[in-house]
Amino acid sequence: MDLARTEVAGRNPRAARRQGATRLGLMALPVAFFAVFFAYPVVAIVARGLHVDGGWRFGRLWDVLAQPDIRHVLWFTTWQALASTALTLLVALPGAYVFARFEFRGKQLLRAVVTVPFVLPTVVVGTAFLALLGRGGLLDELWGVRLDTTVWAILLAHVFFNYAVVVRTVGGLWSQLDPRQEEAARMLGASRLAAWRRVTLPALAPAVAAAALMVFLFTFTSFGVVQILGGPTFSTLEVEIYRQTSEIFDLGTAAVLTIIQFVAVGAILAVHAATVRRRETALRLVSAETTARRPRGAGQRALLAGVLASIAVLLVLPLAVLVQRSLDAPGFRYYRSLADDDGGTFLVAPIAAIGNSLEYALAATAIALLIGGLAAAALTRRAGRLVRGFDALLMLPLGVSAVTVGFGFLIALDEPPLDLRSSWILVPLAQALVGVPFVVRTMLPVLRAVDGRLREAAAVLGASPWRVWREVDLPMVRRALLIAAGFAFAVSLGEFGATVFIARPDNPTLPVAVARLLGRAGDLNYGQAMALSTILMAVCAAALLLLERVRTDRTGEF
Amino acid sequence: MSTTTSKRFAATAVGLSLVALPVLSACGSSDAGASGDPKTVTLVTHDSWVVSKSVLKDFEKRSGYTVRVLKDGDAGQAVNKAILTKDNPQGDVFFGVDNTLLSRALDNGLFQSYEAKGSDGIDRQYRVDQDKHRVTPIDSGDICVNYDKAYFSKHKLAPPTSFDDLADPAYKNLLVTENASTSSPGLGFLLGTAAKYGDDQWQGYWKKLKANGVKVVDGWEQAYNDEFSGSAGGKKAKGDRPLVVSYASSPPAEVVYADPKPGTAPTGVVDGTCFRQVEYAGLLSNASNSKGGKALLDFLLTKEFQEDMPLNMFVYPVTDTAKVPEEFTKFGPQAKDPETLAPAKIAADRDQWVKSWTSLVLK
Repeated sequence: MDLARTEVAGRNPRAARRQGATRLGLMALPVAFFAVFFAYPVVAIVARGLHVDGGWRFGRLWDVLAQPDIRHVLWFTTWQALASTALTLLVALPGAYVFARFEFRGKQLLRAVVTVPFVLPTVVVGTAFLALLGRGGLLDELWGVRLDTTVWAILLAHVFFNYAVVVRTVGGLWSQLDPRQEEAARMLGASRLAAWRRVTLPALAPAVAAAALMVFLFTFTSFGVVQILGGPTFSTLEVEIYRQTSEIFDLGTAAVLTIIQFVAVGAILAVHAATVRRRETALRLVSAETTARRPRGAGQRALLAGVLASIAVLLVLPLAVLVQRSLDAPGFRYYRSLADDDGGTFLVAPIAAIGNSLEYALAATAIALLIGGLAAAALTRRAGRLVRGFDALLMLPLGVSAVTVGFGFLIALDEPPLDLRSSWILVPLAQALVGVPFVVRTMLPVLRAVDGRLREAAAVLGASPWRVWREVDLPMVRRALLIAAGFAFAVSLGEFGATVFIARPDNPTLPVAVARLLGRAGDLNYGQAMALSTILMAVCAAALLLLERVRTDRTGEF
Repeated sequence: MSTTTSKRFAATAVGLSLVALPVLSACGSSDAGASGDPKTVTLVTHDSWVVSKSVLKDFEKRSGYTVRVLKDGDAGQAVNKAILTKDNPQGDVFFGVDNTLLSRALDNGLFQSYEAKGSDGIDRQYRVDQDKHRVTPIDSGDICVNYDKAYFSKHKLAPPTSFDDLADPAYKNLLVTENASTSSPGLGFLLGTAAKYGDDQWQGYWKKLKANGVKVVDGWEQAYNDEFSGSAGGKKAKGDRPLVVSYASSPPAEVVYADPKPGTAPTGVVDGTCFRQVEYAGLLSNASNSKGGKALLDFLLTKEFQEDMPLNMFVYPVTDTAKVPEEFTKFGPQAKDPETLAPAKIAADRDQWVKSWTSLVLK
């Protein structure tokens, strides 16, 4: 495909020039968006910490790194991310295999079910695990075992959260690998293991690496889960940035930690980009439908049963406990009390948070679609080095401290012409930052699959670029657009780190409300937190199930 | 779902969301105007703020202002966020900065000068910043270890009476306290030990406490209503720690909120472990309605508000004329000889103390 496009463009220098201009035009808005709503606030908050009395204090870097407890945080952040990634691969790779190679009843539904945790807000994940592993949790009631404030709770929650990343990234490719290649190797005398090691593993390795890096990125920057399950003892870089800024008010240390996290995330993304490029090298892919068959023999059936059991225990059980806890009072009391405006925790009845969240998420989705769609369209044009850099840049918000972004918004966007601090739109803008990478990742493969010759042909026949887009691209990308919208909607709905700072106290979002309710003891508060979490979960799951119906094979890695 | 329906659905969904954006942002801008309304005065405070509706209504009627209250997290977070947003503040008056954080607020220029009416009625011990009047003391309370009376009588153990006792093996694994870097009672307790043992020895004391099994949780709610065996909430949650860092006013709260009301409080205060906390309010720099803010500050010192506070927020009034309710004098008198620290000393050493404490106790 790429080759074909190069040829056409190469033969026609004027078309190439026009393509360059179009690309720049498409990139203008996304670049401006990221400059104003990402780079500027982040630089502003970092500068606030490091630019003291008219001079830059980069020496702070070494002071901060010399502190034993900061080094402890760095160490913990890294090792828990490594452990979480390893554990997730261990649990999810068999799952990826089963989803790729086996045909069984309810597979579609189950694929959606395992994806639900990924779009759940981290606060809800934390809450679910607290209900399972904490005091008075299921394990406590049954066996007197409590795992909250231990690292196990964090690791298990991370597995829960990222299972889908592995299943989708690895399983998606695995299902398209031609099984006949491995069979051929066996015919030639290779043992089952050797055939797998020599044929399937090399083909799969880049996908595994990409999935592992994504999981590492998500767990390295974990916030809500660690905040709720870690207690005062465990903290990741992200949580520490929050504590240093919001609680200890040491903006200098927070700025240094932000820079450290920025560098680490940049490195992870660079490696990720390299593995993705490697994965795009030619593989013989076949349609997923032809590779799966019903499990045969005791071994395969046991594997399927094992995977189903692990999904039941690790993924379904925490969600079920959450629902059960929310119903743990007669007559849906927790749900009904959500409508009470008692002036206690919030100024408004907790139920108002649902409306807030939906409105914010809708606006955030619109922004993310606009920005992400334009960016993806720009990236579809022949990619030079500059554009590839742009690609990686779009991923940065996924890994840069949401807390930093939130605080940056507060102090950077408070002067005309950008006096947005007391405006409603601030929250959707921050949420759109996390939505954009999902939109780009979903749209890009589909847009790239559109045959360039079709566009050329249309252009040669006199269609304007807008007309080309409308007549050629749009019909093909409609589904991808919907899926992108769904993901952007779900992640906006669940965004917590940035929202927790900029959501006004009288306009809390669902995740913010859940966190505030959890922070207050008492039966009713806890029950309300569970009920709100359940509602949030239901909305996310509904969005996802809808998407599963319109899913296509080539819809990116999420 | 047929292809046509799904396509139409897709187009509608995307179309709707694109149309919704300008409409929704339009709602946003009209909302932003509310804070500049001269008839509305906005109080920024922490989650623990409570006032009787009738008392607030009365002020609104008298002054002609509508009061908007923004509760912005726990005390520390609310202060920090107020400092970060001071150029364009969320409101006009901030209530709830205490003596442990006062210097941070003042050094960062959070408040502007205003001497509230009724300031001369404030008890001498609470007065600070007398030359500039940037803050006004509103209430005070003592942070003290509380004990579960039932536990100690059941185990035929005398409750502890001092900081020293808490490190005694007889009380091993009984105390729960709050994270000093995230919770104001946690910080108050740390400052109490620093005042008691001095710069050289407080760390040694905490080593002993740690060896004696002190448990640290993030916030007061969790410690008191979840881990502590003596509170109504803690009993329900099967809390198993009979000693907790809380307030001298917590025992009366247990009585007031109990139904039916018992003759005595189920919990008591360890008198030798108290640290005095004072909460201040001030007019925010760059307040958009400073006239309303001044009226609101005056209101906080009126007899009506000062007498309304105790049973709502469980703190003591700071003015001489306000009467303390009977529940307080009966079940939770103020500490006789609380530890105190000069604000300047707190300002100079707090951050270092908290850092050392965190390394020592949490890591």
